[in-house]
Amino acid sequence: MNVTLKVWRQKNADEAGYFETLEARNLNPDMSFLEMLDVVNNELEADNKMPVAFDHDCREGICGTCSLTINGQPHGPGEGVASCQVYMRSFKDGDTITIEPFRAKPFPVIRDLVVDRTAFDKIIQSGGFVTVRTGSAPDANAIPIPKETADLAMDAAACIGCGACVAACKNASAMLFVAAKASQLNMLPQGKAEKDTRVLKMVATMDEAGFGNCTNQYECSAACPKLISEDFIGQMNRDYLFASLRQKFLRRKKNA
Amino acid sequence: MALTGLILVLFVIGHLIGNLQIFAEPEVINQYAHFLHSLGPLLWLVRAFLLITVILHVWMAVLLVIENRKARPQGYEGEHTHRASYASRTMQYIGIIVLAFILFHLAHFTLRVTHPEYEQLRYVLQEGAYQGTEVLDVHAMMVMGFQKPLVSLFYIFAVGLLAFHLRHGFGSIFQTLGLRNKYWAGTIEKTTITFAVAYFLLNAAIPLSVMSGVVDNENVNSIGESAEVLTLPEDASSESTE
Repeated sequence: MNVTLKVWRQKNADEAGYFETLEARNLNPDMSFLEMLDVVNNELEADNKMPVAFDHDCREGICGTCSLTINGQPHGPGEGVASCQVYMRSFKDGDTITIEPFRAKPFPVIRDLVVDRTAFDKIIQSGGFVTVRTGSAPDANAIPIPKETADLAMDAAACIGCGACVAACKNASAMLFVAAKASQLNMLPQGKAEKDTRVLKMVATMDEAGFGNCTNQYECSAACPKLISEDFIGQMNRDYLFASLRQKFLRRKKNA
Repeated sequence: MALTGLILVLFVIGHLIGNLQIFAEPEVINQYAHFLHSLGPLLWLVRAFLLITVILHVWMAVLLVIENRKARPQGYEGEHTHRASYASRTMQYIGIIVLAFILFHLAHFTLRVTHPEYEQLRYVLQEGAYQGTEVLDVHAMMVMGFQKPLVSLFYIFAVGLLAFHLRHGFGSIFQTLGLRNKYWAGTIEKTTITFAVAYFLLNAAIPLSVMSGVVDNENVNSIGESAEVLTLPEDASSESTE
Protein backbone atom coordinates (compact mmCIF):
# COMPACT_ATOMS: atom_id res chain seq x y z
CA MET A 1 0.00 0.00 0.00
CA ASN A 2 1.00 3.64 -0.50
CA VAL A 3 0.19 6.63 1.68
CA THR A 4 1.02 10.31 1.64
CA LEU A 5 2.42 11.75 4.86
CA LYS A 6 2.05 15.33 6.00
CA VAL A 7 4.81 15.46 8.60
CA TRP A 8 5.64 18.27 11.01
CA ARG A 9 9.26 19.33 10.57
CA GLN A 10 10.90 21.65 13.07
CA LYS A 11 14.63 22.10 13.58
CA ASN A 12 14.38 23.02 17.27
CA ALA A 13 12.17 24.73 19.83
CA ASP A 14 13.22 28.21 18.70
CA GLU A 15 12.62 27.85 14.99
CA ALA A 16 9.21 27.82 13.37
CA GLY A 17 7.96 24.47 12.17
CA TYR A 18 6.22 23.54 8.92
CA PHE A 19 4.52 20.57 7.27
CA GLU A 20 6.45 18.53 4.74
CA THR A 21 4.71 16.13 2.37
CA LEU A 22 6.42 12.76 2.01
CA GLU A 23 5.39 9.71 0.05
CA ALA A 24 5.53 6.29 1.72
CA ARG A 25 5.52 3.58 -0.97
CA ASN A 26 5.29 -0.22 -1.11
CA LEU A 27 4.18 -0.68 2.47
CA ASN A 28 3.02 -3.89 4.06
CA PRO A 29 -0.35 -3.32 5.78
CA ASP A 30 0.92 -5.34 8.75
CA MET A 31 3.79 -2.94 9.34
CA SER A 32 3.55 -0.89 12.48
CA PHE A 33 3.25 2.86 12.06
CA LEU A 34 6.77 3.33 13.40
CA GLU A 35 8.14 0.73 10.96
CA MET A 36 6.52 2.71 8.17
CA LEU A 37 8.39 5.79 9.41
CA ASP A 38 11.61 3.72 9.51
CA VAL A 39 11.10 2.87 5.84
CA VAL A 40 10.48 6.52 4.95
CA ASN A 41 13.57 7.55 6.91
CA ASN A 42 15.73 4.94 5.16
CA GLU A 43 14.70 6.43 1.83
CA LEU A 44 15.36 9.97 3.06
CA GLU A 45 18.82 8.94 4.25
CA ALA A 46 19.53 7.22 0.95
CA ASP A 47 18.70 10.55 -0.75
CA ASN A 48 21.02 12.33 1.68
CA LYS A 49 18.12 14.10 3.34
CA MET A 50 17.51 14.61 7.06
CA PRO A 51 15.33 11.79 8.44
CA VAL A 52 12.17 12.56 10.41
CA ALA A 53 12.99 12.56 14.13
CA PHE A 54 10.46 10.68 16.28
CA ASP A 55 10.58 9.16 19.77
CA HIS A 56 10.42 5.40 20.24
CA ASP A 57 11.88 2.77 22.51
CA CYS A 58 10.20 -0.50 23.50
CA ARG A 59 7.74 -0.55 20.57
CA GLU A 60 5.36 -2.73 22.55
CA GLY A 61 3.27 -0.10 24.31
CA ILE A 62 4.76 -0.16 27.78
CA CYS A 63 7.55 2.42 27.88
CA GLY A 64 5.59 5.57 27.04
CA THR A 65 8.26 6.99 24.76
CA CYS A 66 6.46 7.15 21.43
CA SER A 67 4.45 10.33 21.07
CA LEU A 68 2.85 10.90 17.70
CA THR A 69 -0.34 12.77 16.97
CA ILE A 70 -1.78 10.96 13.97
CA ASN A 71 -4.57 12.80 12.14
CA GLY A 72 -5.10 14.94 15.24
CA GLN A 73 -5.41 11.91 17.50
CA PRO A 74 -2.64 11.36 20.07
CA HIS A 75 -1.37 7.81 19.45
CA GLY A 76 -3.61 7.61 16.41
CA PRO A 77 -6.66 5.46 15.76
CA GLY A 78 -7.58 2.59 18.05
CA GLU A 79 -8.49 2.45 21.70
CA GLY A 80 -5.92 1.84 24.40
CA VAL A 81 -2.88 1.76 22.13
CA ALA A 82 0.36 3.72 21.94
CA SER A 83 1.70 5.06 18.60
CA CYS A 84 3.91 1.97 18.31
CA GLN A 85 0.84 -0.30 18.41
CA VAL A 86 -0.84 1.38 15.44
CA TYR A 87 -0.64 -0.67 12.24
CA MET A 88 -0.82 0.44 8.64
CA ARG A 89 -3.90 -1.73 8.15
CA SER A 90 -5.79 0.95 10.11
CA PHE A 91 -5.42 3.17 7.03
CA LYS A 92 -6.54 2.89 3.45
CA ASP A 93 -4.31 2.77 0.40
CA GLY A 94 -3.81 6.32 -0.87
CA ASP A 95 -4.69 8.00 2.45
CA THR A 96 -3.07 11.25 3.46
CA ILE A 97 -1.92 11.00 7.07
CA THR A 98 -1.06 14.06 9.15
CA ILE A 99 1.65 13.43 11.75
CA GLU A 100 2.28 16.05 14.42
CA PRO A 101 4.08 16.12 17.76
CA PHE A 102 2.19 16.22 21.09
CA ARG A 103 1.34 19.90 21.31
CA ALA A 104 1.51 21.77 24.62
CA LYS A 105 3.52 24.71 25.89
CA PRO A 106 5.23 22.64 28.62
CA PHE A 107 6.24 20.10 25.92
CA PRO A 108 8.59 22.11 23.69
CA VAL A 109 9.61 20.48 20.41
CA ILE A 110 13.17 19.18 20.45
CA ARG A 111 13.10 18.25 16.79
CA ASP A 112 10.32 17.33 14.33
CA LEU A 113 8.05 14.95 16.26
CA VAL A 114 10.17 14.70 19.41
CA VAL A 115 9.03 16.76 22.39
CA ASP A 116 10.66 17.43 25.75
CA ARG A 117 8.53 15.93 28.53
CA THR A 118 10.79 17.00 31.41
CA ALA A 119 7.78 18.78 32.92
CA PHE A 120 6.39 15.34 33.83
CA ASP A 121 9.63 14.38 35.57
CA LYS A 122 9.46 17.56 37.63
CA ILE A 123 5.93 16.70 38.73
CA ILE A 124 7.07 13.23 39.82
CA GLN A 125 10.08 14.70 41.64
CA SER A 126 7.79 17.02 43.58
CA GLY A 127 5.66 14.25 45.11
CA GLY A 128 5.27 11.14 43.02
CA PHE A 129 7.16 8.91 45.44
CA VAL A 130 6.97 7.34 48.91
CA THR A 131 9.63 7.91 51.51
CA VAL A 132 10.78 4.54 52.85
CA ARG A 133 13.60 3.37 55.10
CA THR A 134 16.37 1.70 53.24
CA GLY A 135 17.53 -1.69 54.42
CA SER A 136 16.14 -5.15 54.01
CA ALA A 137 12.89 -5.46 52.10
CA PRO A 138 9.76 -5.60 54.29
CA ASP A 139 7.63 -8.74 54.44
CA ALA A 140 5.47 -8.92 51.34
CA ASN A 141 2.15 -9.19 53.17
CA ALA A 142 3.03 -7.40 56.41
CA ILE A 143 0.55 -4.63 55.56
CA PRO A 144 -2.83 -6.06 54.54
CA ILE A 145 -4.41 -4.19 51.62
CA PRO A 146 -7.96 -4.94 50.42
CA LYS A 147 -7.97 -6.44 46.93
CA GLU A 148 -10.28 -3.74 45.58
CA THR A 149 -7.88 -1.03 46.74
CA ALA A 150 -4.88 -2.86 45.35
CA ASP A 151 -6.64 -3.31 42.00
CA LEU A 152 -7.63 0.34 41.80
CA ALA A 153 -4.10 1.48 42.70
CA MET A 154 -2.81 -0.85 39.99
CA ASP A 155 -5.20 0.71 37.45
CA ALA A 156 -3.73 4.12 38.24
CA ALA A 157 -0.19 2.73 38.20
CA ALA A 158 -0.74 1.55 34.63
CA CYS A 159 0.11 5.10 33.52
CA ILE A 160 3.21 5.00 31.31
CA GLY A 161 3.69 8.78 31.46
CA CYS A 162 3.59 9.28 27.69
CA GLY A 163 1.73 12.59 27.78
CA ALA A 164 -1.12 11.63 25.45
CA CYS A 165 -3.57 13.00 28.03
CA VAL A 166 -1.97 16.43 27.71
CA ALA A 167 -1.87 16.16 23.93
CA ALA A 168 -5.53 15.12 23.71
CA CYS A 169 -6.87 17.64 26.23
CA LYS A 170 -8.50 20.65 24.59
CA ASN A 171 -6.69 22.75 27.20
CA ALA A 172 -3.37 20.87 27.31
CA SER A 173 -4.05 19.94 30.92
CA ALA A 174 -1.96 17.32 32.70
CA MET A 175 -4.65 16.41 35.23
CA LEU A 176 -4.99 12.76 34.23
CA PHE A 177 -1.25 12.12 34.50
CA VAL A 178 -0.96 13.87 37.86
CA ALA A 179 -4.15 12.23 39.13
CA ALA A 180 -2.93 8.76 38.18
CA LYS A 181 0.49 9.29 39.70
CA ALA A 182 -0.87 10.81 42.92
CA SER A 183 -3.75 8.35 43.31
CA GLN A 184 -1.70 5.19 42.92
CA LEU A 185 0.21 6.17 46.08
CA ASN A 186 -2.55 8.02 47.95
CA MET A 187 -4.75 4.92 47.97
CA LEU A 188 -2.17 2.64 49.57
CA PRO A 189 -1.09 2.61 53.23
CA GLN A 190 2.53 3.19 52.20
CA GLY A 191 1.54 6.45 50.57
CA LYS A 192 -0.85 7.73 53.26
CA ALA A 193 1.81 9.54 55.32
CA GLU A 194 2.65 11.95 52.52
CA LYS A 195 -0.80 12.09 50.95
CA ASP A 196 -1.58 15.76 51.57
CA THR A 197 1.83 17.18 50.71
CA ARG A 198 2.00 14.90 47.68
CA VAL A 199 -1.19 16.14 46.08
CA LEU A 200 -0.55 19.80 46.94
CA LYS A 201 3.01 19.78 45.64
CA MET A 202 2.29 17.82 42.49
CA VAL A 203 -0.59 20.12 41.56
CA ALA A 204 1.53 23.21 42.30
CA THR A 205 4.35 21.87 40.11
CA MET A 206 1.86 21.06 37.36
CA ASP A 207 0.52 24.62 37.45
CA GLU A 208 4.02 26.11 37.43
CA ALA A 209 4.91 24.13 34.33
CA GLY A 210 2.17 25.94 32.43
CA PHE A 211 -0.29 23.13 31.71
CA GLY A 212 -3.90 24.15 31.08
CA ASN A 213 -6.89 23.53 33.33
CA CYS A 214 -9.29 20.63 33.40
CA THR A 215 -12.75 21.38 31.97
CA ASN A 216 -14.10 17.84 32.52
CA GLN A 217 -14.36 16.82 28.87
CA TYR A 218 -12.50 13.54 29.43
CA GLU A 219 -10.62 13.60 26.13
CA CYS A 220 -7.59 12.51 28.16
CA SER A 221 -8.82 9.07 29.18
CA ALA A 222 -10.22 8.45 25.71
CA ALA A 223 -6.76 8.98 24.21
CA CYS A 224 -4.84 7.26 27.02
CA PRO A 225 -3.02 4.15 25.76
CA LYS A 226 -3.72 2.57 29.15
CA LEU A 227 -7.33 3.88 29.28
CA ILE A 228 -6.82 5.38 32.71
CA SER A 229 -10.16 6.57 34.02
CA GLU A 230 -11.05 10.21 34.63
CA ASP A 231 -12.33 8.95 38.00
CA PHE A 232 -8.81 9.48 39.27
CA ILE A 233 -9.12 13.19 38.46
CA GLY A 234 -12.24 13.31 40.62
CA GLN A 235 -10.33 11.51 43.34
CA MET A 236 -7.42 13.95 43.07
CA ASN A 237 -9.81 16.91 43.22
CA ARG A 238 -11.25 15.46 46.42
CA ASP A 239 -7.81 14.77 47.89
CA TYR A 240 -6.67 18.26 46.92
CA LEU A 241 -9.72 19.88 48.49
CA PHE A 242 -9.27 18.08 51.82
CA ALA A 243 -5.50 18.58 51.79
CA SER A 244 -5.97 22.33 51.26
CA LEU A 245 -8.53 22.52 54.06
CA ARG A 246 -6.36 20.52 56.45
CA GLN A 247 -3.35 22.67 55.64
CA LYS A 248 -5.37 25.84 56.13
CA PHE A 249 -7.15 24.95 59.34
CA LEU A 250 -4.78 22.57 61.06
CA ARG A 251 -1.91 24.98 60.44
CA ARG A 252 0.33 22.35 58.99
CA LYS A 253 3.65 23.50 57.68
CA LYS A 254 3.85 23.61 53.90
CA ASN A 255 6.80 21.28 53.72
CA ALA A 256 5.81 18.93 56.53
CA MET B 1 -16.17 27.65 38.40
CA ALA B 2 -17.85 24.76 40.17
CA LEU B 3 -18.74 26.63 43.36
CA THR B 4 -20.13 29.69 41.60
CA GLY B 5 -21.79 27.38 39.08
CA LEU B 6 -23.44 25.44 41.89
CA ILE B 7 -24.84 28.63 43.42
CA LEU B 8 -26.14 29.76 40.03
CA VAL B 9 -27.70 26.35 39.31
CA LEU B 10 -29.53 26.51 42.64
CA PHE B 11 -30.66 30.03 41.80
CA VAL B 12 -32.03 29.14 38.36
CA ILE B 13 -33.94 26.22 39.90
CA GLY B 14 -35.48 28.57 42.47
CA HIS B 15 -36.16 31.16 39.79
CA LEU B 16 -37.91 28.58 37.63
CA ILE B 17 -40.11 27.40 40.52
CA GLY B 18 -41.02 31.03 41.17
CA ASN B 19 -41.89 31.58 37.51
CA LEU B 20 -44.00 28.46 37.24
CA GLN B 21 -46.48 30.10 39.62
CA ILE B 22 -47.74 31.93 36.55
CA PHE B 23 -49.86 28.85 35.90
CA ALA B 24 -51.82 29.54 39.09
CA GLU B 25 -54.18 32.51 39.44
CA PRO B 26 -52.50 35.97 39.45
CA GLU B 27 -52.86 36.17 43.23
CA VAL B 28 -50.22 33.47 43.81
CA ILE B 29 -47.31 34.96 41.88
CA ASN B 30 -48.19 38.49 42.98
CA GLN B 31 -48.17 37.39 46.63
CA TYR B 32 -44.80 35.71 45.99
CA ALA B 33 -43.35 38.78 44.27
CA HIS B 34 -44.62 41.01 47.04
CA PHE B 35 -43.13 38.67 49.63
CA LEU B 36 -39.72 38.96 47.92
CA HIS B 37 -39.99 42.73 47.73
CA SER B 38 -41.06 42.96 51.36
CA LEU B 39 -37.76 41.38 52.39
CA GLY B 40 -36.20 44.79 51.85
CA PRO B 41 -32.49 44.85 52.71
CA LEU B 42 -32.35 41.05 52.69
CA LEU B 43 -33.47 41.05 49.05
CA TRP B 44 -30.70 43.46 48.17
CA LEU B 45 -28.23 41.30 50.07
CA VAL B 46 -29.26 38.27 48.02
CA ARG B 47 -29.14 40.31 44.82
CA ALA B 48 -25.65 41.55 45.65
CA PHE B 49 -24.54 38.02 46.46
CA LEU B 50 -25.88 36.75 43.13
CA LEU B 51 -24.28 39.63 41.25
CA ILE B 52 -20.91 38.88 42.85
CA THR B 53 -21.37 35.19 42.04
CA VAL B 54 -22.06 35.98 38.38
CA ILE B 55 -19.06 38.31 38.22
CA LEU B 56 -16.81 35.67 39.80
CA HIS B 57 -18.15 32.99 37.46
CA VAL B 58 -17.41 35.16 34.42
CA TRP B 59 -14.04 36.24 35.77
CA MET B 60 -12.97 32.64 36.43
CA ALA B 61 -14.17 31.69 32.97
CA VAL B 62 -12.08 34.43 31.37
CA LEU B 63 -8.99 33.34 33.34
CA LEU B 64 -9.66 29.72 32.41
CA VAL B 65 -9.89 30.49 28.70
CA ILE B 66 -6.76 32.68 28.75
CA GLU B 67 -4.70 30.10 30.66
CA ASN B 68 -5.92 27.23 28.51
CA ARG B 69 -5.11 29.06 25.27
CA LYS B 70 -1.64 29.86 26.59
CA ALA B 71 -1.08 26.19 27.37
CA ARG B 72 -1.30 25.31 23.67
CA PRO B 73 0.16 28.10 21.56
CA GLN B 74 0.36 25.88 18.45
CA GLY B 75 -2.85 24.05 17.64
CA TYR B 76 -3.32 20.81 15.71
CA GLU B 77 -3.70 20.70 11.96
CA GLY B 78 -5.99 17.70 12.17
CA GLU B 79 -8.22 18.74 15.08
CA HIS B 80 -9.87 15.65 16.52
CA THR B 81 -12.46 15.18 19.25
CA HIS B 82 -12.88 11.82 20.95
CA ARG B 83 -15.90 12.42 23.13
CA ALA B 84 -15.95 15.98 24.48
CA SER B 85 -19.60 17.03 24.14
CA TYR B 86 -20.51 19.94 21.90
CA ALA B 87 -21.90 21.67 25.00
CA SER B 88 -18.55 21.39 26.77
CA ARG B 89 -16.68 22.84 23.82
CA THR B 90 -18.94 25.88 23.52
CA MET B 91 -19.18 26.82 27.20
CA GLN B 92 -17.42 30.17 26.80
CA TYR B 93 -19.33 31.28 23.68
CA ILE B 94 -22.74 30.25 24.96
CA GLY B 95 -21.84 31.71 28.34
CA ILE B 96 -21.36 35.12 26.73
CA ILE B 97 -24.75 34.95 24.96
CA VAL B 98 -26.45 33.85 28.19
CA LEU B 99 -24.78 36.76 30.00
CA ALA B 100 -26.13 39.18 27.39
CA PHE B 101 -29.58 37.68 27.89
CA ILE B 102 -29.34 38.05 31.69
CA LEU B 103 -28.50 41.74 31.30
CA PHE B 104 -31.46 42.25 28.96
CA HIS B 105 -33.68 40.20 31.25
CA LEU B 106 -32.77 42.34 34.28
CA ALA B 107 -33.39 45.55 32.33
CA HIS B 108 -36.67 44.12 31.09
CA PHE B 109 -38.31 42.76 34.23
CA THR B 110 -36.29 43.77 37.32
CA LEU B 111 -35.32 47.34 36.44
CA ARG B 112 -38.10 47.74 33.83
CA VAL B 113 -36.13 50.39 31.93
CA THR B 114 -37.08 49.02 28.53
CA HIS B 115 -40.79 48.93 29.26
CA PRO B 116 -41.93 51.76 31.57
CA GLU B 117 -45.58 50.95 30.74
CA TYR B 118 -45.32 47.90 33.03
CA GLU B 119 -45.64 50.28 35.95
CA GLN B 120 -49.29 50.80 35.07
CA LEU B 121 -50.11 47.18 35.68
CA ARG B 122 -51.39 47.28 39.23
CA TYR B 123 -52.90 44.55 41.33
CA VAL B 124 -54.59 44.65 44.73
CA LEU B 125 -53.72 41.62 46.86
CA GLN B 126 -56.84 39.72 47.93
CA GLU B 127 -55.60 37.47 50.72
CA GLY B 128 -53.12 37.12 53.55
CA ALA B 129 -51.32 39.66 55.67
CA TYR B 130 -50.96 42.10 52.77
CA GLN B 131 -54.64 42.04 51.84
CA GLY B 132 -55.64 45.27 50.14
CA THR B 133 -52.09 46.35 49.25
CA GLU B 134 -51.69 47.60 45.70
CA VAL B 135 -48.67 46.08 44.01
CA LEU B 136 -47.14 45.77 40.59
CA ASP B 137 -49.03 43.06 38.69
CA VAL B 138 -46.21 40.63 37.96
CA HIS B 139 -48.59 38.14 36.39
CA ALA B 140 -49.85 40.75 33.94
CA MET B 141 -46.30 41.93 33.27
CA MET B 142 -45.19 38.43 32.29
CA VAL B 143 -48.28 37.86 30.14
CA MET B 144 -47.84 41.23 28.44
CA GLY B 145 -44.16 40.57 27.83
CA PHE B 146 -44.66 37.14 26.35
CA GLN B 147 -47.61 38.15 24.18
CA LYS B 148 -45.00 39.69 21.89
CA PRO B 149 -43.80 36.79 19.70
CA LEU B 150 -40.29 38.23 19.32
CA VAL B 151 -39.79 38.48 23.07
CA SER B 152 -41.08 34.93 23.53
CA LEU B 153 -38.90 33.50 20.77
CA PHE B 154 -35.83 35.25 22.15
CA TYR B 155 -36.66 33.97 25.62
CA ILE B 156 -37.07 30.37 24.44
CA PHE B 157 -33.84 30.64 22.47
CA ALA B 158 -32.01 32.02 25.52
CA VAL B 159 -33.27 29.39 27.98
CA GLY B 160 -32.39 26.78 25.36
CA LEU B 161 -28.82 28.05 25.33
CA LEU B 162 -28.73 28.16 29.12
CA ALA B 163 -30.04 24.58 29.29
CA PHE B 164 -27.32 23.59 26.83
CA HIS B 165 -24.73 25.39 29.01
CA LEU B 166 -26.03 23.47 32.03
CA ARG B 167 -25.87 20.19 30.12
CA HIS B 168 -22.11 20.33 30.65
CA GLY B 169 -22.00 22.56 33.71
CA PHE B 170 -24.35 20.62 35.98
CA GLY B 171 -22.44 17.34 35.81
CA SER B 172 -19.10 19.11 35.78
CA ILE B 173 -19.73 20.43 39.29
CA PHE B 174 -19.57 16.90 40.70
CA GLN B 175 -16.27 16.07 39.04
CA THR B 176 -14.56 19.30 40.10
CA LEU B 177 -15.69 18.92 43.70
CA GLY B 178 -14.49 15.32 43.72
CA LEU B 179 -17.96 13.82 44.07
CA ARG B 180 -17.85 11.71 40.91
CA ASN B 181 -16.55 8.17 40.49
CA LYS B 182 -17.36 5.18 38.32
CA TYR B 183 -20.29 4.17 40.53
CA TRP B 184 -21.92 7.58 40.24
CA ALA B 185 -20.81 8.63 36.74
CA GLY B 186 -23.86 7.11 35.02
CA THR B 187 -26.34 8.58 37.49
CA ILE B 188 -24.71 12.00 37.26
CA GLU B 189 -24.77 11.94 33.45
CA LYS B 190 -28.44 10.90 33.32
CA THR B 191 -29.40 13.47 35.96
CA THR B 192 -27.55 16.16 34.02
CA ILE B 193 -29.38 15.41 30.78
CA THR B 194 -32.75 15.10 32.55
CA PHE B 195 -32.12 18.36 34.37
CA ALA B 196 -31.13 20.24 31.21
CA VAL B 197 -34.11 18.97 29.23
CA ALA B 198 -36.59 19.55 32.07
CA TYR B 199 -35.17 23.02 32.70
CA PHE B 200 -35.64 23.94 29.05
CA LEU B 201 -39.13 22.47 28.69
CA LEU B 202 -40.50 24.00 31.90
CA ASN B 203 -39.06 27.41 31.03
CA ALA B 204 -40.26 27.27 27.44
CA ALA B 205 -43.73 26.27 28.67
CA ILE B 206 -44.27 29.75 30.10
CA PRO B 207 -44.00 31.85 26.91
CA LEU B 208 -45.65 29.07 24.88
CA SER B 209 -48.68 29.03 27.20
CA VAL B 210 -48.98 32.79 27.05
CA MET B 211 -48.72 32.89 23.25
CA SER B 212 -51.23 30.07 22.83
CA GLY B 213 -53.61 31.78 25.24
CA VAL B 214 -53.57 29.04 27.87
CA VAL B 215 -52.33 31.62 30.36
CA ASP B 216 -54.15 34.93 30.13
CA ASN B 217 -54.53 38.03 32.25
CA GLU B 218 -57.57 40.31 32.58
CA ASN B 219 -55.48 43.28 33.61
CA VAL B 220 -53.52 43.13 30.34
CA ASN B 221 -56.70 42.77 28.30
CA SER B 222 -58.37 45.76 29.99
CA ILE B 223 -55.36 48.02 29.41
CA GLY B 224 -54.87 46.58 25.97
CA GLU B 225 -52.83 48.45 23.45
CA SER B 226 -53.55 51.83 24.98
CA ALA B 227 -51.00 51.07 27.68
CA GLU B 228 -48.12 51.81 25.40
CA VAL B 229 -49.26 55.30 24.47
CA LEU B 230 -50.34 56.36 27.96
CA THR B 231 -47.98 58.59 29.87
CA LEU B 232 -46.88 57.45 33.27
CA PRO B 233 -48.89 58.60 36.28
CA GLU B 234 -46.55 60.22 38.80
CA ASP B 235 -47.22 57.85 41.67
CA ALA B 236 -46.77 54.72 39.60
CA SER B 237 -43.09 55.24 38.89
CA SER B 238 -42.13 53.61 42.15
CA GLU B 239 -43.76 50.66 43.77
CA SER B 240 -46.33 51.46 46.41
CA THR B 241 -44.84 48.88 48.71
CA GLU B 242 -41.28 50.08 48.79
